[in-house]
Amino acid sequence: MSETRTITVELNGRSYTRTIPTRLLLADFLRHEIDLTGTHVGCEHGVCGACTVLVNGTSARSCLMFAVQADGQNITTIEGLAEVNGSLSVLQQCFHEHHALQCGFCTPGILMTLTEHLRDNPEPDEVELRTLLTGNLCRCTGYQAIVKAGLEAARCMREQGGLK
Amino acid sequence: MSEVFFGASVLRKEDEALLRGKGKFVDDVKMPGMLHAAFVRSSVAHAKIRRFNKQAALDLPGVHAVITHEDLPEPMRSRHLPLYVPNPHMKQVFMPSVLVKEETVFVGETLAIVVADSRYIAEDAAALVIVDYEDLPAVVDPRAAIVVNSPLAQATAGDNIIAQVPIHFGDTDAAFLKAAHVFSESFFMHRGGPFFMECRGVVAQWDDATQKLMMFASSQGSHRFKRAFIDLCDFDESQVQVITNDVGGGFGPKGSFYVEYAATAAASMILGRPVKWIEDRRENFTATQQERDQYWDMEVAVDDSGKLLGLRGRLVHDAGAYVTWGLVLPWIAATSVIGPYVLPAYHLELIVAMTNKVTCSPVRGAGRPQGCFVMERMMDRIARELQIDRAEVRRRNFIQPNQMPYNVGLTFRDGKPAIYDSGDYPKSQQIALDYFDYAGFEERRKAALRGGRYIGIGISNAVEGTGLGPYEGATIRISTSGKIVVYTGATPQGQSHQTTLAQIAADHLGVSYDDIRVVTGDTSSIPFGMGTFASRTAVNAGSSVHLASIEVANKVKKLASELLEVSPDDLVLKDGGVEVLGVPEMRKSLRELAHISSGMYGFSMKGDRDPGLEATSYFKPEQSTYANSCHVAEVEVDIETGHVKVTRVLVNHDCGRVINPMIVEGQIVGGVAHGIGNALFEQLLFDENGQPLTTSFAEYLIPMATDMPKVDVIHTETPSPLNPIGVKGAGEGGTIAVIAAIVSAIENALIPFDVTLATMPVTPEQIVLLTRNKTSFVAASKRYKTHG
Ligand code: FES
Ligand code: FES
Repeated sequence: MSETRTITVELNGRSYTRTIPTRLLLADFLRHEIDLTGTHVGCEHGVCGACTVLVNGTSARSCLMFAVQADGQNITTIEGLAEVNGSLSVLQQCFHEHHALQCGFCTPGILMTLTEHLRDNPEPDEVELRTLLTGNLCRCTGYQAIVKAGLEAARCMREQGGLK
Repeated sequence: MSEVFFGASVLRKEDEALLRGKGKFVDDVKMPGMLHAAFVRSSVAHAKIRRFNKQAALDLPGVHAVITHEDLPEPMRSRHLPLYVPNPHMKQVFMPSVLVKEETVFVGETLAIVVADSRYIAEDAAALVIVDYEDLPAVVDPRAAIVVNSPLAQATAGDNIIAQVPIHFGDTDAAFLKAAHVFSESFFMHRGGPFFMECRGVVAQWDDATQKLMMFASSQGSHRFKRAFIDLCDFDESQVQVITNDVGGGFGPKGSFYVEYAATAAASMILGRPVKWIEDRRENFTATQQERDQYWDMEVAVDDSGKLLGLRGRLVHDAGAYVTWGLVLPWIAATSVIGPYVLPAYHLELIVAMTNKVTCSPVRGAGRPQGCFVMERMMDRIARELQIDRAEVRRRNFIQPNQMPYNVGLTFRDGKPAIYDSGDYPKSQQIALDYFDYAGFEERRKAALRGGRYIGIGISNAVEGTGLGPYEGATIRISTSGKIVVYTGATPQGQSHQTTLAQIAADHLGVSYDDIRVVTGDTSSIPFGMGTFASRTAVNAGSSVHLASIEVANKVKKLASELLEVSPDDLVLKDGGVEVLGVPEMRKSLRELAHISSGMYGFSMKGDRDPGLEATSYFKPEQSTYANSCHVAEVEVDIETGHVKVTRVLVNHDCGRVINPMIVEGQIVGGVAHGIGNALFEQLLFDENGQPLTTSFAEYLIPMATDMPKVDVIHTETPSPLNPIGVKGAGEGGTIAVIAAIVSAIENALIPFDVTLATMPVTPEQIVLLTRNKTSFVAASKRYKTHG
């Protein structure tokens, strides 16, 4: 039970090495070992999507993954979304402008899910985004503003000519 | 003062931190030496606890304590949680003790708290605590609970009835005697739980040296939590500080004070170290309070034209195992039935029953959706029986604007007579119907039907008592750095108070809303507070901010007028300072004035000045102010699978003056989503032994993005005369009437099957069963053709 292992992860462009219990979940590793508390835990059973992060660019539920599985991998969390100059990403900015968050608890997972999708699908339509977002629960917004922000972000990113 | 920010859809101050992952939620709090707690919870709905065996748990490395009731410090040990909403109609009161003493009364109840180095170890250890139960019969159905000789939900109770109260006005018997028609209906209404995305949690730090308790909590009201600690431990005011930073949704049940919080504090006192407890989702499904079940048996009396003469019946409400919220929830339901209609006589026998389930708490809407559902279903029934259009029946019964203020004849939950202060209900419905093209729908429905598609439309109106008292306060202070801070006891969970309260203050103080910091939910910043629930913050905290801002602005002007030697009336607050109208060079900055107002060390204060540029105001509303809405919903029903797709919802909402239309729209749309869940999916199920069957998001469904239709929101503004800024509450208005509108729409879609719907939720099984009966299909389609 107290078995430990030393892992190294590339996290938002920085490398971290930690010795951790093998049963530690990736979500808890991020939040409580590295103190990146932006990733949220809403259900711990893989339904709500609040804990979504990108593992090598692919969205994954960090509550369903052990930290040791992330050894040697490249992880992006909400703290890694802003532009290099510190300004909000286009998607983050659109969330702000369209009131796509209320309590903000679901927001990290939703931003990660949309970041991945918009990177690969620059011209999404509403049905597509709604279907995508079935993997993320939000109790506050009714999703309308989130979908709108996602569509608007896609439009802005197309106009800016490509994605970062 | 000109209104620049009040009424504008300015963007939220809250967003920046949240979008960067820099929010401060309770599980983000970390303290040196902090330990972690997990609870041993009852696995049965009703039992005596014979004994605990803690040894295996204590033997686990990393475990610091396994605390049961007998280990609690006095006086907490011999107390029960305080009841803050007593009601003289309650004939017995059961409140939980902190950790069960000898009798456990619902699955999930807290039996012991285990404290360890990590949450992982605490959970392992909690599973190792052996509990010896002596089973008692469980009371599950509230209707069975109130029958003579029912088993008892609490072994020491006289029976399972907490209260049996007639709520009435007018002469119902006479109304029914003279009625042209009487229709009766039995309703079952279920509302689930809050299911905010962030589960509950606390961090408690007891400091032995100073004898002080500091608590971080995910709550809807820090001050109420503080009050509970003071009462449980006989602390004085200065010994407890409760801080609530960001909260991931509340929706009602996070306003309750729970035994887990007291137990976590006790653990910190016993161990002398900070202790954190974060609820997991399974605990959230069993131990966080829920709204659940009501059974209404009702009869309505109408005249030939479909006008209401009287309404009577019985409501049985399932309160669960304890009465934390007294009679608040069923009382609101019982008094919200009347809605926007003239009802001459009403008699409801309210029976509140105890069962072996987790305690009830109001959830967004708080009984109003049920009250609204009863009246709106009855309206549809009258329309159908008398073959009058559904909108027309409502039109004939509306309270007219010239009847305002309108005395309903009942005492509302605020203890005051329910007197509607303002609103134009006929116009509200007409605007909604026109916008939705209600008149053209029947053609569309018939066309769809010819293509084998079942679409339907539903209407629902609600009146909502908002802005409940007793008060909320605000202190506004300009510090010597020139920074302006608003302190309030309101405790938001996504409602954007930082933005809206800053908007109100900014206009008075001549700054941008961005220049004002709003501090919420910290008991050390303002002595009294109630918190954010019952759609009350805009009215209470908003008015306090308004009044305190005026006072601060006047202090600024008075001081500046002395210094500049002009009349205060010639001064205007602008761009972070105050200047003489038309002479901008004659100016003092707020920073300068704040310094001067603070005085000079050792020197006498000039004139009759009080130190500091600050003011505190506690707005105390005389009574609730009544918001209203008209919801229209359209659905498509798949009779093969029973699936209902809500295709469109319109909300015409009147919450008086709107501080920020973007934010109000967000509240309404979010509220609609909650109501769609209640209308179609959300169900907390229990077996006959009181075992909860829905304990994860896989079993209990809340709306997903694909379940949501396009929601349009119209803001109609009838200012409230009851507060200085003319606002009414907006947090629950989206939810209340949408459930009835959707169920009405489903019934409308199923006209060919002649079904009557009297439950919420309406499930796919129900629809399949109801539509399977082809005989009624044929009969009804004939009837439909003759009447169509
Ligand atoms: S916390 Fe991972 S999916 Fe809910
Ligand atoms: S914003 Fe609160 S859960 Fe999505």
